[in-house]
Amino acid sequence: MLPRYILRRLLGAIPTLFILITIAFFLIRIAPGGPFDEDKALPPEIMANLEAKYNLDQPLVVQYFMYLGSVARGDLGPSFQYSDFTVNELIAEGFPVSIRLGATALAVALLFGVLIGTIAAWRQNTRLDYALMGSAMTGIAIPNFVLAPILILLFAVYAGWLPASGWGGGAARNMVLPVIALALPYMAYVARLTRGSMVETLRSDFVRTARAKGLPEWKILGKHSLKVALLPVVSYLGPAAAAIITGSVVIEQIFGLPGMGRYFVQGALNRDYTLVMGVVIVIGVLIVVFNLIVDIIYALIDPRIRYE
Amino acid sequence: MNLKFRAGLAALFPLFLAACASEPADDGPAPQRWNLPEVVFTEDGRPDPSILAPVQIFHRGNGSQPQGLDPHVTEGVPSSNVQRDLFEGLIARAPDASLIPGVAERWEVSEDGMTWTFFLRENARWSNGEPMTAEDWRFSFRRVVNPATGSRFAILLTPILNAQDIIAGRRPPEELGVRVVDDLTLQIDMEAPNPFFLEVLTHSLASPVHRATVEAHGDRWARPGNMVSNGPFMLEELAMQSHIRLVRNPYYWDNDNVILDEVFFYPTEDLSAELMRYRAGELSWTYEVPNAQFGWVERNLPDELQVYDWLGIYYFGFNTTREPFNDPRVTKALSLAIDREIITGKLTRWGEQPAFAFTPPGIPGYDPPNPEWAYWTQEERNEHARALLAEAGFGPDNPLRLEIRYNTHEDHRRISLAIGAMWEQTLGVYATLINEEFRVFLANRRQRAVTQVFRSGWIGNYLDPMYFLELFFSENPQNDVGFFNEEYDRLLFRAARAADLEERLGLLREAETLLLETQPFAPIYTYVSKRLVKPYVQGWVPNVLDQHPSRFIFLLRQDPVSQGGN
Repeated sequence: MLPRYILRRLLGAIPTLFILITIAFFLIRIAPGGPFDEDKALPPEIMANLEAKYNLDQPLVVQYFMYLGSVARGDLGPSFQYSDFTVNELIAEGFPVSIRLGATALAVALLFGVLIGTIAAWRQNTRLDYALMGSAMTGIAIPNFVLAPILILLFAVYAGWLPASGWGGGAARNMVLPVIALALPYMAYVARLTRGSMVETLRSDFVRTARAKGLPEWKILGKHSLKVALLPVVSYLGPAAAAIITGSVVIEQIFGLPGMGRYFVQGALNRDYTLVMGVVIVIGVLIVVFNLIVDIIYALIDPRIRYE
Repeated sequence: MNLKFRAGLAALFPLFLAACASEPADDGPAPQRWNLPEVVFTEDGRPDPSILAPVQIFHRGNGSQPQGLDPHVTEGVPSSNVQRDLFEGLIARAPDASLIPGVAERWEVSEDGMTWTFFLRENARWSNGEPMTAEDWRFSFRRVVNPATGSRFAILLTPILNAQDIIAGRRPPEELGVRVVDDLTLQIDMEAPNPFFLEVLTHSLASPVHRATVEAHGDRWARPGNMVSNGPFMLEELAMQSHIRLVRNPYYWDNDNVILDEVFFYPTEDLSAELMRYRAGELSWTYEVPNAQFGWVERNLPDELQVYDWLGIYYFGFNTTREPFNDPRVTKALSLAIDREIITGKLTRWGEQPAFAFTPPGIPGYDPPNPEWAYWTQEERNEHARALLAEAGFGPDNPLRLEIRYNTHEDHRRISLAIGAMWEQTLGVYATLINEEFRVFLANRRQRAVTQVFRSGWIGNYLDPMYFLELFFSENPQNDVGFFNEEYDRLLFRAARAADLEERLGLLREAETLLLETQPFAPIYTYVSKRLVKPYVQGWVPNVLDQHPSRFIFLLRQDPVSQGGN
């Protein structure tokens, strides 16, 4: 049943992506200013040469269908801004970095978030609980563009333990600070979610039954309650995963990491139409895929859900 | 997109200045102490080997990610910085930015100024070892003006015969006025005499490209593994958004005098992050210094902060195609009422100089014609401004209302706020501030329809006042203020055809005087370049173009610092 379900969901995503591409294509074209509007104005004949080179001299609808055609062939076109590269190449270089950074941060956020949330729920309304939830609140409240420079200042400038920036081919020491900066707010949020649903679960009948049967506390918490309590966390994971992978623009910029997130913002600012579209498509696909994964995980941990 | 706000600007202004002056205190570890050898040169002018660091790898912060490395297609300071190390033109620049022979060993210009002859070095080679010939240059210049190349700034080559027509597609590229006399002699025919032509030839646009490489790889030629270049360095690695690594070009004709073995260029868009990287020792040269950290840097790294005059002007333009800015009395009154000392002393603070002319100082032989009121006190200027505005029909009963437009940026916002407040205080003008995203702002500025007053800036790429003054030529697409003056156009036209340097400069000065009488813009200040440089980085010389080729840079040996004081 599951493979058919996945196939159906993926096929269903095609119209969604098509609508996404169409809206994004026309939206970015409506924005005033074009890719060749630089601080130094271009003479009309040069502008004409450039527009001809990138087919911008065609009517918009023609450009739209040309674009759809090349996307269907898997070609996202040349970048207007980074003239030596195609959008495919830029994304192929940036995507693995973003994925690696995002996935690590997500794993860290999930692991520690769930752990902290569970402990807080288990010791509900104690000082430990207040301390943990207080820190989590702070974690959510501190934006990462504040946190990241503080981390760099402490660990790179003063202590000199870790590099202040750079990817270093994905070396562990280069990843420590960006991963912490990226993971912390998500970790805090996961901790609060876990605690909330865990507190509720611990009050439910089946936990009382388990306790009455004399099951050890770790088994009640770790096996029976957690499985149920994790449901809200899992549904939060889909959007969070897409956001953490594409939304690390600030982190990428501060740590000088060659990820994909920066292209989204820079592409939009530079009116690099093809680059923006390319990133939009990748993000769209990611969201579809992550939501699908979340639904599958749901079925695995919640026996009430089945796929037809 | 337009965030309109208007408050009692005048009332807020003192508070605003006070807020600008206070800064958060972050006093880090004690500044690093250096123990560096004294710089001594050997007889042939090279740094003595004993003072050099054993590893000559230079790490430069370089602003945003370069658009690309094809010197004919891309533009922007970050690209040019890298291209200057990769390619060498016919003419090059010394560390102080003066002109020196590049691939051309010497050159001659005909009596009438219409033909330049360049004699190329016999030992100039491409990075693959092939010799360079005059044919390479003809190919390169034709490629720039060829419309199919899509060069953004091909227009710089229009002093060359037929270039304008070729760019516009009216003639084939083969008709460009560049002739091969023999393997080592190149002749360039001019559209008109131009004593600044050598300056133009230092632009990265006038770099040579390797024909076989370009033809074999097309759009991908400017990449590691493909690129063949002719400068002191060659491209080894290009990691988008991470770094560009150049290594020594063993075939460079002056390779013996190049000391650096490798140069890393890092994109450093976030200036605060760049400062962190510098402090952590990952960069030895920054692209800029963030304004917000002015106080900190001044207190903690005074010896590493390098601030110098830069050939650029920050100004507020008036859209003179609209009322009431078509009245020179109004624009002049507005310009007079700006207290530039406050802007440079309280807001920018890096040592920018108040400006009263459009061409910044620093171009040899050209003394910008400051108007008379440049030498008045601000009180005198204000009084005159009030009189002018009253004469134009504005007063308490009929106050002037205007909009100041700027692209979203903290510095522009502060300056616009200050100028708005000055106008309100001195002239009773009601100013509204509008900030716009950069491309929206540019598009509006260019259309000259909705803009009234807008911020702007212009930075010289080479040392020619024409580069600044042609902005106000009636047909220039950059003429955002809409200045149309036949006499001005005539003066520029004559200057562009004057074979004699002094005559040309004289005409330009006359044109600028005329321009400043009308004040279609208010010059505010001239730029400074500002960066942090580790004291062991030597061989560079401050210059108004802020161009610092890695070719001349070297790194000093660092000796251990003794613990017990000096």
